[in-house]
Amino acid sequence: MAEKPWESEGLTKEEYDMIIDILGREPNKTELGMYGVMWSEHCSYKNSKPVLKRFPTEGKHVLQGPGENAGIIDIGDNQAISFKIESHNHPSAIEPYQGAATGVGGIIRDIFTMGARPIASLNSLRFGELDDEHVRYLFAGVVEGIAGYGNCIGIPTVAGEVYFSNAYKGNPLVNAMCVGIMDHEDISTGRAAGVGNPVMVVGAATGRDGIQGASFASDELTEESEEDRPAVQVGDPFMEKLLLEASLELIKTGALVGIQDMGAAGLTSSASEMASRGGTGIELDIDLVPKREEGMTPYEVMLSESQERMLVVPKKGKEKLVKEIFSKWGLHAAVIGKVTGDGMIRVLNKGEVVAEVPARSLADDAPVYQRESRRPDYLDEVQNYDLSRLIEPTDYNQSLLEVLGSPNIASKEWVYQQYDHMVLVNTVVLPGSDAAVLRIKGTKKGLAMTTDGNGRYCYLDPERGGAIAVAEAARNIVCSGAKPLAITDGLNFGNPMDPEIFWQFEKSVDGISQACRALNTPVTGGNVSFYNESPEGAIYPTPVIGMVGLLEDINLATTHHFKDEEDIIILLGETKEELGGSEYLKVVHNLEVGRIPELDLGLEKKVQETCLEAIKAGIVKSAHDCSDGGLAVNLAESCISSGLGARIKIETDLPPAALLFSESQSRIVITVTKDNLAKVEELAKKHAIPFTKLGEVMGDRLIINNLIDLEVEEMKRRWQESIPSRMEE
Amino acid sequence: MKFAVITFPGSNCDRDVYHVTKEVLEQPTDMIWYNDKLDLSSYDCVILPGGFSYGDYLRAGAIARFSPLMESVTGYAKDGGLVLGICNGFQILLEAGLLPGAMKVNDSLKFVCKYTKLKVINAGTPFTNRYSKGEILNIPVAHREGNYYIDDEGLAELIANNQIVVKYLDDEENPNGSVVNIAGICNKEGNVFGLMPHPERCAESILGDGSKDGYELFASILDYVNKRGEKCG
Repeated sequence: MAEKPWESEGLTKEEYDMIIDILGREPNKTELGMYGVMWSEHCSYKNSKPVLKRFPTEGKHVLQGPGENAGIIDIGDNQAISFKIESHNHPSAIEPYQGAATGVGGIIRDIFTMGARPIASLNSLRFGELDDEHVRYLFAGVVEGIAGYGNCIGIPTVAGEVYFSNAYKGNPLVNAMCVGIMDHEDISTGRAAGVGNPVMVVGAATGRDGIQGASFASDELTEESEEDRPAVQVGDPFMEKLLLEASLELIKTGALVGIQDMGAAGLTSSASEMASRGGTGIELDIDLVPKREEGMTPYEVMLSESQERMLVVPKKGKEKLVKEIFSKWGLHAAVIGKVTGDGMIRVLNKGEVVAEVPARSLADDAPVYQRESRRPDYLDEVQNYDLSRLIEPTDYNQSLLEVLGSPNIASKEWVYQQYDHMVLVNTVVLPGSDAAVLRIKGTKKGLAMTTDGNGRYCYLDPERGGAIAVAEAARNIVCSGAKPLAITDGLNFGNPMDPEIFWQFEKSVDGISQACRALNTPVTGGNVSFYNESPEGAIYPTPVIGMVGLLEDINLATTHHFKDEEDIIILLGETKEELGGSEYLKVVHNLEVGRIPELDLGLEKKVQETCLEAIKAGIVKSAHDCSDGGLAVNLAESCISSGLGARIKIETDLPPAALLFSESQSRIVITVTKDNLAKVEELAKKHAIPFTKLGEVMGDRLIINNLIDLEVEEMKRRWQESIPSRMEE
Repeated sequence: MKFAVITFPGSNCDRDVYHVTKEVLEQPTDMIWYNDKLDLSSYDCVILPGGFSYGDYLRAGAIARFSPLMESVTGYAKDGGLVLGICNGFQILLEAGLLPGAMKVNDSLKFVCKYTKLKVINAGTPFTNRYSKGEILNIPVAHREGNYYIDDEGLAELIANNQIVVKYLDDEENPNGSVVNIAGICNKEGNVFGLMPHPERCAESILGDGSKDGYELFASILDYVNKRGEKCG
């Protein structure tokens, strides 16, 4: 063996010594490779575990919290929802199409592994600014990859978010979320139980692709990373469609003990995690694994990240049934070993034992580190920036058009028109509104779902930024008429060895936890992605929240566009002078500084309750979360999507820029008919929240005090053409 | 009446079509696995749904046409049976030679999913009898290979035989660059119809932008079959 064999597997000398302690001997190359991937951050969460424990994970709807392939929540009538978000940042930075495509494929597998039929995909994307050619290449490739995989497998991509900032120039973020639905009795887990039960690999054959992908994901991107392209897997959505149908058919038979996706760290992770959860061991024979290539070594077979494979443990005697089902779908199903009682992962090759290590030591006993944490120095400088020195714009129309034309605010039609967002005929609210809404066939119910995160906020204040991400996700869910149920989190950060990065991570988790507690939306699972750095530095700390909510009555699904002239426009909540971290500051003043908006979680909850109560009373014609871009952008968006204008008159002491562009939290704009104005006022009083009548829907211009007077068509052009015009350069 | 919906490996709108014919139109419907059953004679209409049959590898619909069931579909169509191909189903009908012309990748080279305005050109087919000629429909598309192509001679024949059934309203509405904005065509006999837009996605007003224009297409088939039954009976 090499002089420092641990280095090539991404382990430290101390970790190598721990392995020797566990085994009572030196590990061989295959064993060391298995520890290398399982003890990588990507698989073991060794740097994040102690912090993730702070999340609230319990609630009366939660059927499965963190720890399985995906979380599960109860939605009544014997039905349940499984959902999770996962990152595929590094692969997408190197090979945008395949990186994003396999990200989608991986998270879809996590969902049907739980026994759920996937019904929707979402995503959360971050790129550098679009004036850079390489960024445009990454953006176009990622969107095409998500489309290529999702469209082919036939799962609608119904919602998401895209932001552009130089902080992500060298390290884009690609987080994919999937939501599935199932009956309670079909809930499956990744457990290898019952000594003597067969262990089978089903789906695609194993090749040399993606070896050490998990380790690659747990390192910073460098100039040489493009040479790691072979570590990026290649996806085959057609194969996965067959695997999905075959797996769900198999789960329905009740012949299964456990089933697990082979994602990161392939056979090594699926075997050790299933055995560890079941308190058992697994013995498997390399010779029996269907392979695509000749002469693969045990190391390569155990570490391959070939896509579209699953490990299943059927009840003894059901092997033939498994083979029959998979052969109907044209897929491999091969017995490769059996469940044992000794707790070991034992790998045989041509009759010889080539690896023998305790399953638990791989899956659960990775070292856990309490990393050093320190408040970054930059915070004082950016937070204390004196915004009062800023000069008010001379032409607010111009400022609004500039903000509407910012790719962060502008229409994302260029993106979502490439996604099939209607297949499965459930999509009630199309992309572009606050949250996607899907009906649940055969019931009156519906599901609302969204992804939310604001990296700039978290850069300026990770704790409050984390809390705001949850609050905003919940507000989006509420605006669509649903009650928020639970979240999944995608935590994207830089190198955790840097105490300042680790501080950002800790604080973000604290903020998310506070908001989840206050809004009663527990965390059911998620993903941590560290090492999001390029030679230009770390990304903005970017926690992304994926949230799911339930509509008791699908007919109450609400959209953000104005409906009819003369409807009254109402603001629930209050606008304050809070321009710190706003899109306006970035676009008009080229500044990413200041104190981000306050978040009063008590008020937030009351505003949401008021809105939901009004929607349930059937009196709300439109509802729109007021956040990025502020009140002016909120109103403009409701105008643009309806083609209707609005006349707004607000009495205020706020400076005009703050009135229009402040991103104060806990605000929702709703419209109602004149007759229902009093009812909403009453509700607002009951919940003791600020209430302002802003004006009414009318004409084809947006008029706000004497500040804004713009044709809806003109705003629409700026908003609609922003991204396409940049991409056609 | 009785519908058959064919599932090829990679079909992904099969359940959607089934949902519409079975639950919305409330007609008996069988889902047929592509190599399970070869005799289609007991059905009043056979539907080839959208999706990515065989992953659309090689070319959309190019492999599905070789599946054994397609021979049965061809025989069924020759005997006058109603065959509807939606999106990938349309592509398969072209590849199988049941309809003339071919499909190219969209001019934009991108997948496109959105509502489009269509104009009914031929309201006399079994699939469009509930529409009126010139009626404007709002039906979504979702495809990457929907750029219908046919040479001038073929086009002249399509026009002469009134085989162009639906067109995109104008060049602006055309999402893919198809010849003379063609969205759907039928064979000379009028019993085989293929279109790129997805009528099954707008058969219920709760969905998307609320259009129910797709419902009428399925209802047309039902009306036609019922009337034909009365005549024969």
